[in-house]
Amino acid sequence: MKLLNDEVQAQLKTVFENMQKDVTIALFIKEDPCETCQETSDFLNELVATSPHLHLKMYDIERDHAIAEQYNVKMVPSIVLLDQDQQYQRIKFNGIPAGHEINSFVKGILEVAGAGAPLSGEVMDRLSEVKHPVNIKVFVTLGCPHCSGAVEKAHKLALSNEYIDAEMIEAQTFYDLSDRFNVSSVPKIVINDDFEFVGNQPLETFLEEIEKIQAVN
Amino acid sequence: MELHLNMGIDSSKEKVGAIPVDADVAIIGGGPAGISAAIYAKRKGLRTVVITETTGGQINDTTTVENYPGFPMISGEMLARKFYDQARELNIPFMKSVGVKQIISGANNLKTLVLSDGNSYNAKAVIIATGSRHRKLEVPGEETLAGKGVAYCAICDGPLFRDRNVVVVGGGNAAVEAAIDLSKLATKVIMVHRSQFRADQVLLDRMQRINNIQVHLETQITEIQGIEKVSGIAVRNLTNRKREVIPADGVFVEVGYLANTEFVKGLVDLNERNEIIVDHKMQTSLSGIFAAGDVAEGPFKQIVIAVGEGAKAALAANEYLNTLTNEEETNHEIA
Repeated sequence: MKLLNDEVQAQLKTVFENMQKDVTIALFIKEDPCETCQETSDFLNELVATSPHLHLKMYDIERDHAIAEQYNVKMVPSIVLLDQDQQYQRIKFNGIPAGHEINSFVKGILEVAGAGAPLSGEVMDRLSEVKHPVNIKVFVTLGCPHCSGAVEKAHKLALSNEYIDAEMIEAQTFYDLSDRFNVSSVPKIVINDDFEFVGNQPLETFLEEIEKIQAVN
Repeated sequence: MELHLNMGIDSSKEKVGAIPVDADVAIIGGGPAGISAAIYAKRKGLRTVVITETTGGQINDTTTVENYPGFPMISGEMLARKFYDQARELNIPFMKSVGVKQIISGANNLKTLVLSDGNSYNAKAVIIATGSRHRKLEVPGEETLAGKGVAYCAICDGPLFRDRNVVVVGGGNAAVEAAIDLSKLATKVIMVHRSQFRADQVLLDRMQRINNIQVHLETQITEIQGIEKVSGIAVRNLTNRKREVIPADGVFVEVGYLANTEFVKGLVDLNERNEIIVDHKMQTSLSGIFAAGDVAEGPFKQIVIAVGEGAKAALAANEYLNTLTNEEETNHEIA
């Protein structure tokens, strides 16, 4: 069955024309039990067909555990975006980036492809002070219209600083993890498994939380 | 599998109609009122710009719209997209992800908009269409348990309450729609409202056919209870004065909206609900500034009404700009 209809395909083709560099989508799956692995794989296969700049690599989280460890992949399905030199860019999507998350996914691809807009000088200055590892988890649901905005911000921060990594987590697929972090409103942002806030807050809020962590360390 | 691709809406790099150095009319807000105003203004030949934090506004949070003529049933998001696409066809420039912090009314009828990104922007006329946001319940526990079971967006947070018991507070269309949506996921939905329903009869009929929705009318919530997360609500029945505690895992608050008018307080007159007071041409107390949609005074906050008000505001702004031009010409002749 075709997952991307003609209209979406055409839109994706146009959007991906802005890609300046190739991007490899690394998908980690495993054989049963994985409820959404097959759908995610079908979706990505159709998506990469919309641009010659897109490539798909499939991994099995158990068989390819060395590679999974390299990218810190712990769940399936999980998607990691690699740049043209096959380098890990510290951004990840856990769970299928469908629904509204297709927007953060396409944005992520464009960023890694060199088609993103740079952050302001002031934000870059503040980020240059970050010297301790920061992990940003953004819990989302696929029906949430403003969640992708929060994912995009977290990913942008990760792409702009080598100490930061950011991951989208689809709350329904990873129910136990969501439960552990008491996710009952999305987007919920959890930084280093400790600091948290709810909502698609301005970039300033992300920066403040990151700066708190730098101060603690 | 559903996909909601809206790169056209969120792509900041997109170049649709260059942004003029200054505008005849600056429209603040990109919801139904703002976009309708923009379409009318542009078609009158005015140099138009839309300054907005998000495109689509609150309809993006609505699952389905069934009362907008021409579309018997359409998702809120798709309707927002259609509005935006029509504006795009007309090459109307949008300044996105930008808010307006202040409007300064200067000399020569010029209005200066101070933007959230530090820049400022001049326009001869301004249409305020900044809409509204969720009103809070204002009871103990709401603040501390926000994001811990207290929620304001059923389509966002509903899936997190699968097989749980949830409360929906409110009696309008938004509340009943939320209850119907949640009933598909939750074990039980408890509707609590302090008076009688004011939702549309079609929605009430639909709700009545669902057997896991329980209704408590004339019931006031006095507290949202819970320590780490919501455990229930304390209520008081307004008819028999009885108090009880209803256990629940989540509370969805749908008790109406607050106008986004903080940035114009002191500049234009507001009513006691903080909505902008307008006349029948959507003119505010300050000449050259108009308001339309949920932010403007008036009952019945509906998409179709916001769209109508946007059109009125744009046509009135056009009239205003014509009088300005005439005055300038007269002044010129006298000089």
